[in-house]
Amino acid sequence: MKRATRGLVASLAATLVATVLVGCGKQADESSQQTAQAKPLVVYSSRAEHLIQPVFDLYSQQTGTEIQFITDKAGVLIERLKQEGESTSADVFITVDAGNLGYAAAEGLLLPLQSPVLEANVPAHLRDEQNHWTGLSLRARTIVYSTERVSPEELNTYEALGGDNWEGLLCLRTSKKVYNQSLVAMLIASHGEEKTQQVVEAWVNNLAVAPLSNDTKVMEAIVAGQCDVGIVNTYYYGRLKVKTPDLPLALFWPNQQIEDASSAGVHVNISGAGVLKHSKQAAAAQEFVEWMASDDAQAIFGGVNQEYPINPAIAVDPEVKSWGDFKASELPLSRAYELQPAAVKLMDRAGYR
Amino acid sequence: MTTSPASNVALEDRPAVPSSSLSAGSGVGLVQRLFNAKILWPLFLLLLSLPTLLALGSVLASLFDIDTDTLSHLLEHLLPDALVNTLLLVSGTAICSAVVGVALAWLTAVCDFPLRRFFSWALLLPMAIPGYVMAFAFVGLFEFSGPVQTTIRGWFGSSSWFPDVYSFGGVTMVMSLVLYPYVYLIARNAFQTQGRRSIEAGQSLGLSPLRSFFRVSLPMARPWIVGGVLLVVMETLADFGTVATFNYDTLTTLIYKSWFSLYSLPAALQVASVLLLAVVVIMVIERRSRAAQRYSQSQHASLSSSRFVLSGKRRWAAVVFCALVFLFAFVMPSLRLLSWAMPNLGSDLNAHFFGYIWSTLSLASFATALIAVLALLLAYGARINQSLPTRFAVRTSTLGYALPGTVLAIGLFAPISMLNHWLQDAGIPASWLQGTFLIMLMAYGVRFMAVAYSPIENNYLRITPSIDDAAHSLGLTGLQVLRRVHLPIVQRGILTAMVLVFVDVMKELPITLMTRPFGFNTLAVRVFELSSEGLWQRAALPALAIMLVGLIPVMLLIRKTDQGL
Repeated sequence: MKRATRGLVASLAATLVATVLVGCGKQADESSQQTAQAKPLVVYSSRAEHLIQPVFDLYSQQTGTEIQFITDKAGVLIERLKQEGESTSADVFITVDAGNLGYAAAEGLLLPLQSPVLEANVPAHLRDEQNHWTGLSLRARTIVYSTERVSPEELNTYEALGGDNWEGLLCLRTSKKVYNQSLVAMLIASHGEEKTQQVVEAWVNNLAVAPLSNDTKVMEAIVAGQCDVGIVNTYYYGRLKVKTPDLPLALFWPNQQIEDASSAGVHVNISGAGVLKHSKQAAAAQEFVEWMASDDAQAIFGGVNQEYPINPAIAVDPEVKSWGDFKASELPLSRAYELQPAAVKLMDRAGYR
Repeated sequence: MTTSPASNVALEDRPAVPSSSLSAGSGVGLVQRLFNAKILWPLFLLLLSLPTLLALGSVLASLFDIDTDTLSHLLEHLLPDALVNTLLLVSGTAICSAVVGVALAWLTAVCDFPLRRFFSWALLLPMAIPGYVMAFAFVGLFEFSGPVQTTIRGWFGSSSWFPDVYSFGGVTMVMSLVLYPYVYLIARNAFQTQGRRSIEAGQSLGLSPLRSFFRVSLPMARPWIVGGVLLVVMETLADFGTVATFNYDTLTTLIYKSWFSLYSLPAALQVASVLLLAVVVIMVIERRSRAAQRYSQSQHASLSSSRFVLSGKRRWAAVVFCALVFLFAFVMPSLRLLSWAMPNLGSDLNAHFFGYIWSTLSLASFATALIAVLALLLAYGARINQSLPTRFAVRTSTLGYALPGTVLAIGLFAPISMLNHWLQDAGIPASWLQGTFLIMLMAYGVRFMAVAYSPIENNYLRITPSIDDAAHSLGLTGLQVLRRVHLPIVQRGILTAMVLVFVDVMKELPITLMTRPFGFNTLAVRVFELSSEGLWQRAALPALAIMLVGLIPVMLLIRKTDQGL
């Protein structure tokens, strides 16, 4: 036994030494590279690695600039940036929603960008009004319905999902997900809190089952016959469609016939980026963000995840295109951050869990 | 079997015996002298607990500036339900894990029945499944749209009688399935070290195996079981991923909601502080109840010859029970993961993937060795010096396990960045403070000290203070007592601790995410990245790999402990 313990300890010690050596070796390599080439750009990202790595690789390939990054939850990264302050090594911050970019801007972490490139490529309502951040891809949140039990004529708006005809037929994802928070925030922007709360309460009354933990589950519940309609991000539909080509579901684009610009169009959120105030190479960081909004990068930035390009001039992937064209809401997305806490509290009050 | 506490006091007052005859070199001599300088122990232990103290301090500091706006909203609309849910979940999980864990431990440690050897290691495997992975697999199988209910509807037309998965029952079941191994492992260690005599005592009194269990084994294993259940309680309180899958709101849900949805970190930390205080209260109660009892035991712990050989129905009942737990806790989720992983196996099993395995393995081994040594020193220090500072240091060091990982990670990050700022202002390079293994390991130490400390401390209870006295009177000094007297007895505890820490570090996420160097990925990080985007099919492979890598220490441990030390 003693020998065995010693063996175990020895092997652990050996692993330890090996790890340290490998680690140091790597660091030495990196530092020698750094002196030879341009300084790498450092990105903090809440967009998952497999979705951004291809974009970074392409940039490195085209410009020779290396990109180092870490991924984590947006809220954690923001807190980390606040604590690191001036000593941070980060240059660019990437998220998968406008709310967290707004939060980072409100905390004074982001640098306002004067950029004709972004102004040309990104529609104004998908950028921060003070230019702290810009959208890079669009995530549309729309209605999904059972093609077996629902005809699209029965559908109209998000608000109408609270109608009596959908009683016990609606499935929703939990209100804890930021996509639903920004959807309700935008409803508040169009209707005010009182009317929005009535809408959300009506949704809750129509629920077939307690809110589910993700969009895929919402669609699976509809397929299984637990409910008939739901609200999901389009790329989840796209993924399920790849797996089961004869999926008995279709997307419906709501709020298309409305004249009033404040409540017209499909709710969209963005995946986007900003340059950090304490970046030591803000010019290079801005160049990188601008490049991500350019034609080359746009083809893959959203494309890898079947999201929509931020630049309306860029062609959409044919598969995504086949789900139909739609008019997106043109409310400025900077309101998503301002109204999100109000939206969360409203959903709590309405009993939407 | 019990010894009066009086001999402890005698030990305290004894001056250190000089060790001139044994100091081989000046280095060893210095270590020995440091070991014997009892005045240094409280200082050393306080130093060990400093990182935890700082992290907890930065969480508790939030109480100075209450975010009344957010908190009053929580209080009015969410807190009552969350509190009830938390209490229900914690007590439900604690009871289920205790019953299942203790029963399995006793069966595999003390009894003999078919497949016992297999079950004794196999029943530990569910520990390596991250809670939220188990939750996802479980929900996927048993919800309305899952294969089980779909099949039932195919046969009977309706599955409305099937219990709702998204319920207290569902979440408690999943939580217990991943957490019972903590109780199982620690209780098994207790039953094994109780020794042959306690069983023989039962047998000679003519007690049936079951009676012997309730009258002899169970009371003697109490502190172990309580220690294991306490880990389960802390893990349950800190969990976010599992309850989120069930959309079951607990205090941790409120912490996440305040921080990530209402953008109020202060409110989140304030709720976390309440959680922390609750854990402190539980721990104090546990200590109080334990103080009155002593559980020393002789060190003849071999069991090989005197197991209860179960006969007839009992024998098969034992097999069926073990098999059922194994089926639900391991076979079912791993088959689910395997069915997801298969289609992508070709493309995902690449060099990168083996890189993740290697970094996970080396990180977990490294952290395990370090934390086990520190926990041993902590337990040893607590034994030889029971002053207030020592006890304080020990208690604080084990609190890091009770907080949600993300909260602890951010609590740790605050003092580190402060130190970073100071060093930079003073012109001292401080790049080692960010994204290095040093900080990573320290953070793991803060998080998992409780996991390592509990089994080691319990095995220390096996050593009567009189043994220390005897060792001292034979001229052995501190380091020698630790090495030659304590180590042989507590090594089962150390091995148990190492397995628990190893598997916990492998699964760990928030600290790894926050402190890892650029480009450093573990299997758990991989699972998180893919599953957070809903790509469960691709997250399944790294999740399976976590289970397979977790198998290594589990097998080693069971082989060692079953040989009879």
